[in-house]
Amino acid sequence: MEKFLTDLETNYKLKSIKQLKNHDNEFYVEVAAAQFNAYCLALHKTFISTVMTMFAEEQKDHFIIYCGFAAEKMAAWIFVVLKVDKNKPEFPSIARQIYAANLFEREMREMFGLEPTGNPDGRRLRLHDEVWPEGNFPLRKDFGKEKDKALGEYRFSKVDGEGIFEVPVGPVHAGIIGPGHFRFSVAGEPIINLEIRLGFTHRGIEKLLEGKTVNEAVKLSEAVSGVSSVAHSWAFCQAAEKICGIKVPRSANYTRAIYLELERMYNHLAAIGGIALDVGFSQPAALAAIIKEALHQLNEKLTGSRFLKGTNVIGGAAKKISSEEEKLIWGTFSSLAKDFAELKEMLSGSVSFLDRVDTTGWLRKKSAEDFGVLGLSGRASGINFDLRQGFMPPYDDLDFKIATATTGDVLARLNLRLEEFAASISIIKKLLNSLSAETILAAKIENRAGFGLGVVEGARGPVLYWVSLNKSGKIERCKIVDPSFRSWQGLSYAVLDNIIPDFPVCNKSFDLSYAGNDL
Amino acid sequence: MSTLDKLITNCLRRGIVTRSIEAKEYELLGAELKGLINRRFARSFNIREVDTGSCGACEAEIIAANNPLYDISRFGVNFVASPRHADALLVTGPVSKNMVLALKKTYEAMPEPKFVISCGDCAFDGGVFLNSYYVEGGISKVLPVAFHIPGCPPTPLEIIKKLLTVLNKL
Ligand code: SF4
Repeated sequence: MEKFLTDLETNYKLKSIKQLKNHDNEFYVEVAAAQFNAYCLALHKTFISTVMTMFAEEQKDHFIIYCGFAAEKMAAWIFVVLKVDKNKPEFPSIARQIYAANLFEREMREMFGLEPTGNPDGRRLRLHDEVWPEGNFPLRKDFGKEKDKALGEYRFSKVDGEGIFEVPVGPVHAGIIGPGHFRFSVAGEPIINLEIRLGFTHRGIEKLLEGKTVNEAVKLSEAVSGVSSVAHSWAFCQAAEKICGIKVPRSANYTRAIYLELERMYNHLAAIGGIALDVGFSQPAALAAIIKEALHQLNEKLTGSRFLKGTNVIGGAAKKISSEEEKLIWGTFSSLAKDFAELKEMLSGSVSFLDRVDTTGWLRKKSAEDFGVLGLSGRASGINFDLRQGFMPPYDDLDFKIATATTGDVLARLNLRLEEFAASISIIKKLLNSLSAETILAAKIENRAGFGLGVVEGARGPVLYWVSLNKSGKIERCKIVDPSFRSWQGLSYAVLDNIIPDFPVCNKSFDLSYAGNDL
Repeated sequence: MSTLDKLITNCLRRGIVTRSIEAKEYELLGAELKGLINRRFARSFNIREVDTGSCGACEAEIIAANNPLYDISRFGVNFVASPRHADALLVTGPVSKNMVLALKKTYEAMPEPKFVISCGDCAFDGGVFLNSYYVEGGISKVLPVAFHIPGCPPTPLEIIKKLLTVLNKL
């Protein structure tokens, strides 16, 4: 990597101030403000990596901004680091060159009061203007009580023209679902613009994590997105374990991966059932719900939680999978195999259903790249990125291949989910076969100061936790990125030219998390 | 065989799935609940659900209570799309500041008589999100709450059990 960076700097005429290697696969390159844009752009282009995470951290006399990229071939992470003076809290925006940075920059502005100079969109994401006065930056260390100042109002982008009308929906929706505001502009039937305003479930989790011990934080990480509790808590534990130099036994990682795949399976079924239901095809929807329930009941028997909460602890897994439990898993899988085959047949055998989902909600590869849409929705549009390939050790032992598609429509996302569901079963089988009697908890668990990144490919895509711990083992800063954060923008593009009645099915095919986005 | 033929054969082969649930207790509870709803609510008890910042797991369990196995609607409990059709409001989440207004408006839109049920530990007092700068810390800070369903998240079985006690006390 060091050599790669030297070459990069000569090729692109770049200069760095300092380079730092952290743990085995994290590299931090500090640059001057004038070099920030060019450096990020060079990494973005050479790795073809989107901005995986971008965040700020407050130090005693300055802010630090990190912009993280994934170097897939080297299975490493590179962060471009920029120090920002407290008296002049601003940094050069890179959103004009790399659009995927846009939301992260807006996030830093509202949370830290750091101005991304050159970013054209000054609107806030989570701290809604109607309830949160300007000039209160919750992630600053000196943030105490909110100061009274005038409240404002959110500006929706407006589409004007003859015959164009707006359809506002939410935040409270008709179904049992999270809150979000969707504003459609339609000309006749087709949607010509969709603006999604989120943040309604903002709970201030990143701030809540500060000052907590790592053990306390695991529980909170499970509640970031409750239907991805394994992915989130694993990513957090991974980061903390890296920092503290804890060696997680192989069996523990296998156990974690088994739970992660179980989580992926029930999530995919929820989406598959939702897709069927939202076009009024209720029988497969019911069947998907039946299989999903069988999985929740299995989860409960295995871990005591239908959502696999409490399975990850710092240092490993909370509980071993016993041989009886192994039998239980095999049993459940063989009994759901028939139902699953039937579900597939029902979906693919109905011409009228296929007609509804084929070419509906098309997300072009280019748009997906621009927004940084990864995970399942990215793979459906031809972006072959999966952290399980190279970035997550337990999967290196399996000959694991990712499933991809290129068409990027509802059908592609549906088929990928069906494929990944089947793949998860075979992954779990392989993992179970190679589970050994080895312990599942690290022998030595101690606290250390430092920082590090934890990454997990959850059901919706990459979940990233960047954590910094102080000397007493408490959290100084924790940046969470749920894949939904970038993917919601993908949805707002995918629905263009579709009709509003097809919005629910497009939405379900992405199956994004409100809670994970809003933090 | 055409798709329709297949569907019909499948239905006949599979039988009534709702019966295959392991918990016999559930059916007994359900029958009791149904009787109660028949008497008190003229056969249908309508709930409007609102998420004020939940992690999503509580929603997933409420949806599960509606799946073909639990199928809570056969006991007369319906989840409705509009607050105007609702007898009760079922609220999850610790109440993010952003949801205060929407929550109040939803409640106001409901016809009288009405009551509020909070669902999940964080809806009670903020739960894991307690002391955050952006949460109100429980539904009762914003609306009068008549009953609470504890759990993080409560299972579908726990939801129906609690509903039964709730309606009994009413
Ligand atoms: S009670 Fe628990 S499961 Fe329910 S929304 Fe709150 S944190 Fe999530």
